[in-house]
Amino acid sequence: MKYSERVTEPTTLGSAKSISRVASAAGEQADAADKTLFGFWVYLMTDCILFASLFATFAVLRNNTFGGPDARELFSLSFVLAETLILLTSSFTAGLAILAARRNDKKQVLAWFGVTFLLGLSFLGLELKEFAHLASEGNSWRRSGFLSAFFTLVGTHGTHITAGLLWMGVMMAKIYRRGLVFSSVKRLTMLAMFWHFLDIVWIFIFTIVYLMGVARI
Amino acid sequence: MLGRLTLDAIQHGWIATFGQITMLLGGITVVGLLTYFRRWKWLYRNWLTSLDPKKIGVMYIIVAFLMLFRGAMDAVMIRVQQATSVGDSNGILTSDQFQQVFSAHGTIMIFFVAMGLMFGLINWIVPLQIGARDVAFPFLNSVSFWLFAAGAVLLNVSLAVGEFAAAGWLAYPPLSELKYSPGVGVDYWIWALQIAGIGSLLAGINFVVTILRMRRSGMTLMKMPMFTWSVLGSMALVIFAFPILTATLGMLSLDRLLGMHFFTSDSGGNALMYINLIWAWGHPEVYILILPAFGIFSEVVATFSRKRLFGYTSMVLAIGAIVFLSFIVWSHHFFTMGAGADVNAFFGIMTMVIAIPTGVKVFNWLFTMYKGRIVFASPMLWFLGFIVTFTIGGMAGVLMSVPPADFQVHNSLFLVAHFHSMVIGGVLFGFFAGLTYWFPKIFGFKLNERLGKYAFGCWLVGFLLAFVPLYILGLMGATRRLDHYDASLGWQGLFIVAGIGVAIIMAGVGFQVLQVVFSVWKRKENMDTTGDPWNGRTLEWATSSPPPVYNFATTPAVNDRDEFWAIKQGKALLVEKPLYTAIHMPKNSPFGMLLGGFSLTVGFALVWHIWWLAMLGFIGIIVSFIVRVSDEDTEVTMSAAQVAEIEAERAKI
Amino acid sequence: MNKKYKLALFILLPVGVTLLATLWLRGHDIAVLNSKGIIANRERDLMITATLLMLIVVIPVFALTFFIAWKYRASNAKAKYKPDWDHSRVAEFTWWAVPTVIIFVLAVITWKGTHELDPFKPLSASTEPVAIQVVALQWKWLFIYPQQNIASVNLVQFPEDTPINFEITADAPMNSFWIPQLGGQVYAMSGMKTRLHLMADETGNYRGSSANISGEGFAGMKFTARASAQTDFEKWLQSAKNSPAHLSFKEYNKLAKPSKGNLVTYYSSTEADLLGKIVRKFTTPTLDREYGNRSGGLSNYGEVHN
Repeated sequence: MKYSERVTEPTTLGSAKSISRVASAAGEQADAADKTLFGFWVYLMTDCILFASLFATFAVLRNNTFGGPDARELFSLSFVLAETLILLTSSFTAGLAILAARRNDKKQVLAWFGVTFLLGLSFLGLELKEFAHLASEGNSWRRSGFLSAFFTLVGTHGTHITAGLLWMGVMMAKIYRRGLVFSSVKRLTMLAMFWHFLDIVWIFIFTIVYLMGVARI
Repeated sequence: MLGRLTLDAIQHGWIATFGQITMLLGGITVVGLLTYFRRWKWLYRNWLTSLDPKKIGVMYIIVAFLMLFRGAMDAVMIRVQQATSVGDSNGILTSDQFQQVFSAHGTIMIFFVAMGLMFGLINWIVPLQIGARDVAFPFLNSVSFWLFAAGAVLLNVSLAVGEFAAAGWLAYPPLSELKYSPGVGVDYWIWALQIAGIGSLLAGINFVVTILRMRRSGMTLMKMPMFTWSVLGSMALVIFAFPILTATLGMLSLDRLLGMHFFTSDSGGNALMYINLIWAWGHPEVYILILPAFGIFSEVVATFSRKRLFGYTSMVLAIGAIVFLSFIVWSHHFFTMGAGADVNAFFGIMTMVIAIPTGVKVFNWLFTMYKGRIVFASPMLWFLGFIVTFTIGGMAGVLMSVPPADFQVHNSLFLVAHFHSMVIGGVLFGFFAGLTYWFPKIFGFKLNERLGKYAFGCWLVGFLLAFVPLYILGLMGATRRLDHYDASLGWQGLFIVAGIGVAIIMAGVGFQVLQVVFSVWKRKENMDTTGDPWNGRTLEWATSSPPPVYNFATTPAVNDRDEFWAIKQGKALLVEKPLYTAIHMPKNSPFGMLLGGFSLTVGFALVWHIWWLAMLGFIGIIVSFIVRVSDEDTEVTMSAAQVAEIEAERAKI
Repeated sequence: MNKKYKLALFILLPVGVTLLATLWLRGHDIAVLNSKGIIANRERDLMITATLLMLIVVIPVFALTFFIAWKYRASNAKAKYKPDWDHSRVAEFTWWAVPTVIIFVLAVITWKGTHELDPFKPLSASTEPVAIQVVALQWKWLFIYPQQNIASVNLVQFPEDTPINFEITADAPMNSFWIPQLGGQVYAMSGMKTRLHLMADETGNYRGSSANISGEGFAGMKFTARASAQTDFEKWLQSAKNSPAHLSFKEYNKLAKPSKGNLVTYYSSTEADLLGKIVRKFTTPTLDREYGNRSGGLSNYGEVHN
């Protein structure tokens, strides 16, 4: 919504008031953005607790292999390292995209988010490959409590990544068509927050599930 | 094609048939009335697509009352069964029916009645109390309501098609796993709660941001009314606790849908993890319910004692203490699991510590009354009833917080009496007080006081008759959830007294229904023309009854706690000729309903394993969401002239 | 009605009801208060202590509530009216401090009591303990006596004044093992072993039951716990030894199938380490496959519609 659309017909109080109303309209938008961003932070915190519950469950079930293979036998650290580097890089490129948005540089925004999107997609692809490989060898989530917890924790993260990619795609399409309007910048900021959050969760997964699992801590 | 859904799934038993007929007749009546009076457009425009929290609050309360009716029927059946199923008789229900009935009773009462009633009042009053025009995210608010409604509908569908869970209101595994509950009952339970739970979580986010960001200028946190403070505490609990519920229900559903082994009894599952997680949510949940009730009582006691609330700072600290402590006591729900003395003693002590801030609140209320001028309108009577019942229940609670004592009363009727004392005596009495108190604000006329007092009398006497015998039965060794017992135990007499108590409670409900009907009929004589029918103290009374859609035409800064009282005493400035400016209000939106409808579809499809339908519903959710957030034109502007006109109309009344 | 009469009624009614209730209750057995075992005795004492401590606060609260409500009613013009008086350091201090002290006392009692009465803690006594293994099944109780190598269903007998060391598990959804007159309960969970230590100080038949819902037949999860003299206990063991039934693992799996209304039965001998095998059914993959899958109990969809 452009600024000019927010100004209504002048009241009987005169045109001086209408100028201050334009100013307050901008202030209103800023307030609304602040509220929305704050609300998004609160949402991210709830997502954090969701992941925390899954982490807690994983911690309790990590040795419940029910006679099956454990983390060391199942996970390839080099594979996971590749996934981690891809995701970390994508966080970096998302950051670059937001800097471009602040500079109102539509082309750069699309470019950097495009790169982020591709990196995210490759991450997902690698993850699905790992899942398929495990399942094909009979180590699906049906095998044990440990594997159920693994697939759910990592899978929930992957689902969030998918949602983020969908969000990214829709945003890029919108920016391509309508340009960088205020509401888009606000939403890109939230998307970037979301993306960084998922990166942080991945660090925990990498450490707790893969590193500690393989080291049999 | 239709998963595991077949024609056999339609329930035939007498309870289900009665339920189906009631729902059908009710639905036909409503549809008939709407058609006859040509109110479909009105319903759609003014209610179903409204983003006005005052309207959404009313809808929450209506759904909650419908569910209360269902839950109360369940309660009556439970009491009749337990009063008659002795020795050779097997009562009126089979074991499986009885187990479904009490599971439904608990689930409905906690998730759909208590949460619904509280969210209803919160939607009505919090924006008004902080002097705001709306909540932070009006569309999200609508989504929360429709998800809540979708969960309620799904639960009722189980009465027509399939069965309900028979594993209690929290569905502990291994009983709730496929091995011991292969039917659809537990699945209905999971998805109704998962959908409604997400609605609650979103509402929690919404109200936290509303209270922290949309207070009128000058209203610092320490000038907020106590109801708003208690809602802030409650919503803080919601945002921390409900994600745990989402995760836990999710994991149980994965066990049942995809053959995972989180909580199964073999293959490396750990059922105790579920119990820990569900109570890590479950304990904060009960504080989510009681804190707003405490807030209501703070408002009611101050208003009807004509006196400032005593010890405001202390009351705020008490809320903070309760919020913090409620996260470190969850293990007291399963002391008997054998966690060891250190763990049990720690959680037991933390539990009894909660009695301290709660007691502080009680004393502050009493001292608000002290040296006041108390009027015994029915909200005040509900408060006194609360003191009696909640204190008894609280004593029982502190007794159970001593683990070795708990070993003897855990899962007995003593426990059942305790939590009903808290939920009925605390949450429900609090809600009734709030409903009576704020009814004129939202609807423009008062509820009939005499009928309200009769209702109160029935509820209090009925409650004591229904639950004091249960305390005794628990001590006699009667466990909960029994559908039959031996005649030689001598328990039947007490069960019969409890049954009489429930009958008296139902008389109380009858009086309340009568009260609403009668008050609506006589509303022209009881109209609230001032906006302030009780000589109130806080900002919600500073606007008309009912308020205009934008709540307040102007938003002057606030200087005082009890700002409206200060204005009336002449201590605050009342602007004579207010300056009207344009007001932006959210437009109506059907997307809340759509999201609710698609969620219901997904839930139903997952229960019956109709994968293609679930996929469609899920895509529907995503597409609706994207369409809605892409819509830039979501606000409507009322010009200053329009506002002036509405205010002039108001002043005429 | 005259005010004085109203007041009299207001006080006499609850007092009268309480009196009637007390008289009625004296004729009835309140198991938890009428304890017959040393654990139950101490648990009962704890409950009474906690209640008395709380009454220190609760009685004044009730008295204050009704006194204040009555004295400061709007129609009483004589009472002082201080509409803006809303804080008092002394009052606040009192009602934060006094409950804190009481809770502190209760906390100390709780810490000590919880450690003393930990169900896993063995009892010290002069007599040799009797070991009894408890398995919660659908929907009956199995009692295995490892030292005497017998087993019984729905009846557990033991000598009085002797510590009984219960080891408890389940081959069913979670149950709870509870003999109210002898002591508090402990959960019975599949794949795990919990412990309970009780000692009866009087002979008698005590009612036992499960306190956690375990399926359709839950109401039938009751058993008799009989404390008898040592000689009677030995006679009972002897009669169990005379039973023709032998509880092999195969026989056990038959018993473990869902059933209701099981009568008291005896087995004269049991499979070696039967309890261990039952626990390992859930924790070890090979055993599970070896002894086959079990059906989902009676609650199959389609079978329980009335």
